[in-house]
Amino acid sequence: MSDFKSIFTNRAALRAYAMIGVLAAIWILFHVITPGHTFLTPRNLSNLMTQTAVTGVIAVGMLMVIVSGQIDLSVGSIIGFAGGVAAYAMADMGYSMTAAIIAAVVMSTAIGLFQGALTAYVNIPSFIVTLGGLLAWRGAAKWLLGGNTIPISDETFKGIGNANLPIEYGWGVAGLLVVIVLFAAYRRAKSTDNENNGGVGRELLKAALPVAAIVGFFAIMNAWQGVPVPVVIFLCIAFLGVFITRSTVFGRYLYAIGGNADAARLSGINNRWNVLKVFGVLGALTGVAALIFTARVGSALPDAGTLKELDAIAACVIGGASLVGGRGTVFGACLGALIMASLDNGMSLVGVSDFMQDIIKGSILVIAVGLDMAGRKQS
Amino acid sequence: MALLEMHDIQKDFPGVRALDGVSLTLDAGEFHALVGENGAGKSTLMKVLSGVYPASEFQGRIAIEGQTVSFSGIRDSENAGIAIIFQELSLVKELSVGENIFLGRAPSRMGVIDWTELYARASKLLHDLGLSIDPRAKVGALGIGQQQLVEIAKALSRNARILVLDEPTAALTDAEVETLFTILHDLKKRGVGMIYISHRLDEVFRMSDRITVLRDGRTVASHIASETSKDGIIAEMVGREVTDIFPESEHDLGEVVLQAENVTVYSIDEPDKRLVDDVSFNVRSGEVLGIAGLMGAGRSELLASIFGAWQGKHSLKLVLDGSPITVRTPWEAIRAGIGFVTEDRKRYGLIIEQTILDNMTLAALKRISGRILTSKQNERRAAAEPMRSLRIKAPSVETVAGTLSGGNQQKVVLGKWLLTKPKVLFLDEPTRGIDVGAKQEIYAEINKLAEAGLAIVLVSSELPEVLGLSDRVIVLHEGKKTGEFTKAEATATRVMAAATGHGV
Repeated sequence: MSDFKSIFTNRAALRAYAMIGVLAAIWILFHVITPGHTFLTPRNLSNLMTQTAVTGVIAVGMLMVIVSGQIDLSVGSIIGFAGGVAAYAMADMGYSMTAAIIAAVVMSTAIGLFQGALTAYVNIPSFIVTLGGLLAWRGAAKWLLGGNTIPISDETFKGIGNANLPIEYGWGVAGLLVVIVLFAAYRRAKSTDNENNGGVGRELLKAALPVAAIVGFFAIMNAWQGVPVPVVIFLCIAFLGVFITRSTVFGRYLYAIGGNADAARLSGINNRWNVLKVFGVLGALTGVAALIFTARVGSALPDAGTLKELDAIAACVIGGASLVGGRGTVFGACLGALIMASLDNGMSLVGVSDFMQDIIKGSILVIAVGLDMAGRKQS
Repeated sequence: MALLEMHDIQKDFPGVRALDGVSLTLDAGEFHALVGENGAGKSTLMKVLSGVYPASEFQGRIAIEGQTVSFSGIRDSENAGIAIIFQELSLVKELSVGENIFLGRAPSRMGVIDWTELYARASKLLHDLGLSIDPRAKVGALGIGQQQLVEIAKALSRNARILVLDEPTAALTDAEVETLFTILHDLKKRGVGMIYISHRLDEVFRMSDRITVLRDGRTVASHIASETSKDGIIAEMVGREVTDIFPESEHDLGEVVLQAENVTVYSIDEPDKRLVDDVSFNVRSGEVLGIAGLMGAGRSELLASIFGAWQGKHSLKLVLDGSPITVRTPWEAIRAGIGFVTEDRKRYGLIIEQTILDNMTLAALKRISGRILTSKQNERRAAAEPMRSLRIKAPSVETVAGTLSGGNQQKVVLGKWLLTKPKVLFLDEPTRGIDVGAKQEIYAEINKLAEAGLAIVLVSSELPEVLGLSDRVIVLHEGKKTGEFTKAEATATRVMAAATGHGV
């Protein structure tokens, strides 16, 4: 019994390492089989990260919803609608870019809260509420855009999806992050409360991997055109998500509600209020994703974001989240999003046909969860 | 020749030897009790017997009527005439009693179920057992006690010769226990061999021919029941002499802390039905108030409504420390200073896949950590005290709650509520399904808390527990308060009379 703790914590860590391993294998595989070996080049990796951004931003919010034991199927349609709202505000109503951004995010947050309220306070299962939303918001997007695309002329707005962080800024940010990581390691080493305190040397050694990752990431991105703005936004949101799930009372409540709703309620947690809030958070993040998507394409499309909900859910599940609730990490969901995007990107480079891509992605999702289940059963 | 022989059974789990040379014999018509603390290996032994662990996964010999058998699954053991009724019932709630009894074996013609035949056979079976249960009734609509009896009917419909009952009376009312024992007595006469697992030694001694005690995966002793005593068995179970299960404790009663007036609670499914009918009580600081009553008397509903956790209609007035308060949600109750150690820890108390630490700080998280951000450091510091004072046995606070024994899980739930710093603590069945050693520790803790001035309301189905711990006892019968006794007045017969409605 005495090593239950180590088994459990190591298993969580093991899972993360296994996923990183899978990702590395996918990358190497694609690099080898791509004509001209173009997968692992700064240009393609920069492209890959940008492709991850939209799904990743949603996956962070979706993860929180799934952890609380709910689901949201409507995010893809909301991307279409919120993107439409932004474009309509600028092109048809002559609003400024800032006003358009605010309008889109406020709209998607309001939609999230509305659906959350139906789930939490009217007791309609979220699967049904958001299945309705999947249809309704897509319809709303088509209605708003009149079935057409609205092109966007504002170059600054397009920058949200296409600009890059200037190279010297990138290095500045990299330096700052390295300092933060090292300082955190130093503080951990000095903390008296840490059970497995290994001293300054060991903590700094443990910080070597993240430092290398940061430097490597910025080096690769700067070797092309600098870190793409969508990636900057995605990473900020990912960190915010990690922070919310790990270090806030709200985050802890989400895990408690998803883990055992009755026990959570009897412990004084307002389950309904927290479910409402988490849908609001996902709504807001969906708005952000809609802006990135619209800016990147350069126009609002009636079918923008179609099937994005499934990508986001798949990312969470590949990242170890349980659809029953109570289990999952933002880090896992982000890795899941990166794996999904890598498959998209790699298969396109190799020239796999569209329909084959879908078949392969679908199969991989099922196999990944199957392997995970088999692994859980064994231990 | 023995009906069943289990010889020198050894079963290993990674890193643990769960069974270490356990032997057990059962004769036809014998009532054989299997006792031991939780984790002693009783359930593992029964899983070996039932084929849940196939023959390849353990060492040792199992023989039925002298023939060595080797099961590779539950189906094999069922075919050999073994039926096991587990603690958690395995009935399908949405199906009828008859369908459940013949689940998977329904009489049919060319794949079409012969309903007339099915219900006729179910009806006869239930009648033979002396049960007046409608075979067409949905199982979910029956009380838990009747469900248990249906489970037994199901086992017998398979012509079981060996019947294993794992804590069958845990959820039964005394009347239902009587029905059960009548049935078991009848089965005994028909030559069915029974292995009976129970924590309730009164029941064990009532009918057993033999009693086998397991401890730490070994057979400690096997007695002819008439040649041993309760104290002797308890001593063998815990490996030490238990002199006094309920330590004498002097409580200094202070002021009335909580006063609940005219509590009426209505059923959620039938809004006209009163589950609690105009009950009033108060509890003083330093006092243990026991609430006795049979299953379904409304005890849990009474506490839940005061705590703001009852989701149906209810009305009541509360006075805390002399001033009236309203409690609409558990959060308001906690803030006012009421704690509620709920029944059924796995369902209502714990988040089974989270750590001890996460579970323990959950109800007081905002006070321990801060309103917005959590602080692992503060949480660890807060949890250290209950970990120590409740003597929770776990490698660390990061141990996952689901891996703990029942007793330690219960202590984690208790610790969670102590961290909310309550003035009044409700305890609903705080020792159900936990071993004798852990029970004693929880009794000691209850006394300690009362001595420290906490007001405690204790609901328990075990009468000796209520009588042994309480300074005062109130009794509920079908939602109405039918008696109130001081410690001196509260005898088992008086309380039982009030609980069965043959009042005062």
